[in-house]
Amino acid sequence: MIDSHFQHVPRLGRHPSRLRLTGTPVITVMLGSIVTALPVIAQSPVMPPFGLLLLLTWRLLRPELWRAWIGLPLGLFDDMASGQPIGSAMFLWTVTLIAIDAVESRMVWRSYRQDWLIATAAIIFCIAGGVFFARITGGGDVKLILVAPQMLWTVLLFPFVVRQCARIDRWRVMA
Amino acid sequence: MARPPSRRPGHNRKAQYSLFASYVVAMTGAAVGLLLVVVAIFDPTGFAAIRIATAEMTRPASVTLKNMVSGVSSIDEVLASYWQAGSQNVALRRQVEADRNRIIEAKAVAQENLRLKKLLKLVEDDGSQLLTARLIASSSSSTRRLARLNAGRWQGVRPGMPVRAPEGLIGRIHITTPNTAEVLLLTDTSNIVPVRRANDSVPAISTGLGDGTLEIRALAAGRNPFKPGDLLVTSGIGGVYQPNIPVAVIVRIEGEIAYGVPLANPSKVDAVVVERSFEETVTRTDPNAPVEPEAGTNAPSGAPPP
Repeated sequence: MIDSHFQHVPRLGRHPSRLRLTGTPVITVMLGSIVTALPVIAQSPVMPPFGLLLLLTWRLLRPELWRAWIGLPLGLFDDMASGQPIGSAMFLWTVTLIAIDAVESRMVWRSYRQDWLIATAAIIFCIAGGVFFARITGGGDVKLILVAPQMLWTVLLFPFVVRQCARIDRWRVMA
Repeated sequence: MARPPSRRPGHNRKAQYSLFASYVVAMTGAAVGLLLVVVAIFDPTGFAAIRIATAEMTRPASVTLKNMVSGVSSIDEVLASYWQAGSQNVALRRQVEADRNRIIEAKAVAQENLRLKKLLKLVEDDGSQLLTARLIASSSSSTRRLARLNAGRWQGVRPGMPVRAPEGLIGRIHITTPNTAEVLLLTDTSNIVPVRRANDSVPAISTGLGDGTLEIRALAAGRNPFKPGDLLVTSGIGGVYQPNIPVAVIVRIEGEIAYGVPLANPSKVDAVVVERSFEETVTRTDPNAPVEPEAGTNAPSGAPPP
């Protein structure tokens, strides 16, 4: 936790363990990254990048939870699991988090819709960037239209993931 | 709703420095990530060692899940077959009648082939098969089409080896780790396979499109010689793939380019076979004899390297 004054009220004097408070978000994002270990042999990029979705959700749900550098270790893990060139998600995720920080300090009004908008921009940026990196590292001529369906349902999946994340978050902060 | 509490640390020097440092770390890290990608441009398999950890860690889970769900992947096919079941049944029965005669003919031809080969004293010594394994996972969220094979370096799998299923070609080995290997599928946009038309050997090049189909370009100049329904097999040129492995069937023509669909669907096949590189198979002689480094260039097929 970065802000020391941002204290959650524990139930009847019990504090959740430190591991639960800091570890849960990291572990959920990592689990999202290794969804690719499911025995699905996909013929086209159809699976939404769950690691990215969970990262954005946690970032927008709990702005005080992480600093921007968290994109590096989590991105590296995602690269190891996803088949993208190493460094691709490291770069894209960290840049996304820095950009969200920058946007957040300028936005006056924020609600759920603005969060979704920010997430949409971030998802499009990360998937398109992933395509670009796959193309320049020997991936051949990949067309952007190929990932359009993936982008679409990743954006549409965002509200659902936010709900589930909020549910996990409630468990996380309540001892 | 107002915006969330500002992350500006106010007048606290320590907090200011800490926030600044976190951005410095993030920026530096992003630059390092970009550098790693740039390195990967020149050496795409260079950091394969980093992937070993996740590949090996997730292998048991993938294998267990694969054993549980191998029936589920074909559920769409099962449902679809109820549609028009009656007329399909009649058509299939006719097909079986027609095929029965063909099978008898083919058996006779096979017998004759065997006899003729004996006459020629050609001994069929097909030592190309290395092992049989299963595909357990894939890069389903990336644009690269890589599948993970449940066998690796310790089982003798090496990068570049062709992978096939009974129905046709699957791809070739891209990266190996001790117990798993990544297979570059036929439909990956960087996988180029020299093919020929099965009935008259028109040469062509097949490139993946990343969406489950292939782009077929004929090597002959002039107008596109292909038409929908043409069957493509590997030509053996280049020395990676054995000749005559079924590859794809052409479904659509657009000007100079033909579009094909792979015959073997990696998500449906039960097990795949890893073969030795074609060149290795045909140039392999006495296993005790020292292998010259130049052995690869004088393959009996006389094929020039790609």
